[in-house]
Amino acid sequence: MPIPIKDDEIDIVIGALHSDLTTFMDAWRPIFSRFHLIIVKDPDLKEELRIPEGFNLDVYKKLDIDHVVGTSTSIIFSGYSCRYFGYLVSRKKYIVSVDDDCLPAKDNKGFLVDAVAQHITNLTTPATPFFFNTLYDPFTEGADFVRGYPFSLRSGVTCALSCGLWHNLADYDAPTQALKPEERNSRYVDAVLTVPARTLMPISGINIAFNRDAVGPALLPCLRLAGEGKFRWETMEDIWSGMCVKVICDHLGLGVKTGIPYVWRNDRGDAIASLRKEWEGVKMMEDVVPFFQSLRLPQEATTAEDCVVEVANAVNEKLGPKDPMFARAAKAMLDWVKLWKSVGVSSYSPGA
Amino acid sequence: MVEPATATQAAAPAVPQLKDELDIVIPTIRNLDFLEMWRPFFQPYHLIIVQDGDPSKTIKVPDGFDYQLYNRNDINRILGPKASCISFKDSACRCFGYLVSKKKYIFTIDDDCFVAKDPSGKAINALEQHIKNLLSPSTPFFFNTLYDPYREGADFVRGYPFSLREGVPTAVSHGLWLNIPDYDAPTQLVKPLERNARYVDAILTIPKGTLFPMCGMNLAFDRELIGPAMYFGLMGDGQPIGRYDDMWAGWCTKVICDHLGLGVKTGLPYIYHSKASNPFVNLRKEYKGIFWQEEIIPFFQQAVLPKDCTTVQKCYIELAKQVKDKLSKVDPYFDKLAEAMVTWIDAWDELNPTGAALPNGKAN
Repeated sequence: MPIPIKDDEIDIVIGALHSDLTTFMDAWRPIFSRFHLIIVKDPDLKEELRIPEGFNLDVYKKLDIDHVVGTSTSIIFSGYSCRYFGYLVSRKKYIVSVDDDCLPAKDNKGFLVDAVAQHITNLTTPATPFFFNTLYDPFTEGADFVRGYPFSLRSGVTCALSCGLWHNLADYDAPTQALKPEERNSRYVDAVLTVPARTLMPISGINIAFNRDAVGPALLPCLRLAGEGKFRWETMEDIWSGMCVKVICDHLGLGVKTGIPYVWRNDRGDAIASLRKEWEGVKMMEDVVPFFQSLRLPQEATTAEDCVVEVANAVNEKLGPKDPMFARAAKAMLDWVKLWKSVGVSSYSPGA
Repeated sequence: MVEPATATQAAAPAVPQLKDELDIVIPTIRNLDFLEMWRPFFQPYHLIIVQDGDPSKTIKVPDGFDYQLYNRNDINRILGPKASCISFKDSACRCFGYLVSKKKYIFTIDDDCFVAKDPSGKAINALEQHIKNLLSPSTPFFFNTLYDPYREGADFVRGYPFSLREGVPTAVSHGLWLNIPDYDAPTQLVKPLERNARYVDAILTIPKGTLFPMCGMNLAFDRELIGPAMYFGLMGDGQPIGRYDDMWAGWCTKVICDHLGLGVKTGLPYIYHSKASNPFVNLRKEYKGIFWQEEIIPFFQQAVLPKDCTTVQKCYIELAKQVKDKLSKVDPYFDKLAEAMVTWIDAWDELNPTGAALPNGKAN
């Protein structure tokens, strides 16, 4: 049932926040080795990257990033946002992206999860955002639409984004993890489901895949917390990007799925230490969520680029006055669209 | 291969929760042998059995259960002319049980539903899980990617606003089914051998503004919060449609829950659905519904309830008005249904006088 996809339609984009990627790459080797990889090194990382042999990959470092976008712009690709540079320069239809502190997980039968295959399945089978199916993904083997599901809605829409989950260290914010320092996620929920239209959610950047042709420019490195750091607890860039993507998908009639595949996320960092930094991010969601929930884009916005511009203008108008961080984000979004139009669609290959 | 549980005795809870606050409503036309299987889980609770079909037939209830049985004669006697709103020769008659119950919570189950096993082989106490679902909040305003955040081993994920973490009261707990899935007739005809063997270990809140097909086979709800919306419509004998009773109740319920800020959960618990109904019989019953639902769904999706509808009854009467206004053109059946919806509320208020004006949360 899924559209047969050739390996060369997929790029795997990894943002390297750690210099030694040996364990990471070796663990993912059985799953990644067939594909082309784009590794983007965090421009703030000083040490040389260590990457094992045997992969088909392109590595982009600070010099490359500066060369492509200019030194004044390259600042937006610092930290976790470095992977967006990979999204920018990729020319493939599908992108799969996982954090470099994640390893393959095991499913409920003990088998290694091929996260790439599952993401691609999610992206190449329809999404069903207009009516909830109680047996979850109706296109999975062994499942279907249930009684009462309107037939006219059974062909579904294109799935533009696939959001995976995490075993071990779940993507909690710092206060939550600090309150439950020993809690680890061991539950395997064997389902993928479409997030309904107009329903918003926190889209984590730790384990995602998307259709770059459909929504590429809507994944954007535009909101930076004043105290943003090198732990996911200390960022909100992906959450911001995810709110934009969901609103844009809803507007364009595209689907977003969530659920499997799982990845295994290594223990890292100290939630209590991060508490101070992330408070800003936690507070900001109180304004951000109502804003996006009420956001409606004009009919004339028919491409992802157009939609990003509309969202940026609305952010500037409605959130800008509340905090300069939002005004900066709005400007960054407009700059990002320009960057995407100039770099995102022409051909480029990295320096040595 | 999915199989039902056998050794259920060991799994009975030490203290049956809510045993004086919950009624189990079971519609039946044949027999209640399936109750033997559920005995360790159900015996502490009061059963309301609604006997459909020929009232002269005697339904044997296994010994040791505390129950009240109502047949068609009882329904006619208790409701008088209002009995016209209760379906005959269709399991939709079960909503009579909701009407006469005096408890806060209802669990309803079909008589071909057995105890299922979880992946570890343990028998699932579906009632206990429903109670857990109803007693913990729902989160309809923002989706949590780790599903039920109140569950052991889970929580709200990064980015979930703290102001929304208290959640709202849960009005409905919708359970699922292993083995025979709840497919419509066309799907059953195309895939007669398909069995649901996937145990999805999750409970989640169905987001506000999203409709779903509510199945009445394994369902629990807070009667005080949403009871009057659980009318299962006009089905069966003398009606042009069948197998849309729970669907209709579900769409009305969801619209009203969304309006009043109440939550609807779906997912665990699973039961084991043992009997596949005849797809040809089903096709005849569902036939009109398959066309009508193309009009019904947009109707419910666009339904707006005015701010002054602050109780379930007011919301329901308003919906009935809108059904009459907007759906009668689809078929005169909807005229009858709209009237029956009003009759149902009259019957509800008559049998439940003190509950008539319960403020059920804030209207949006």
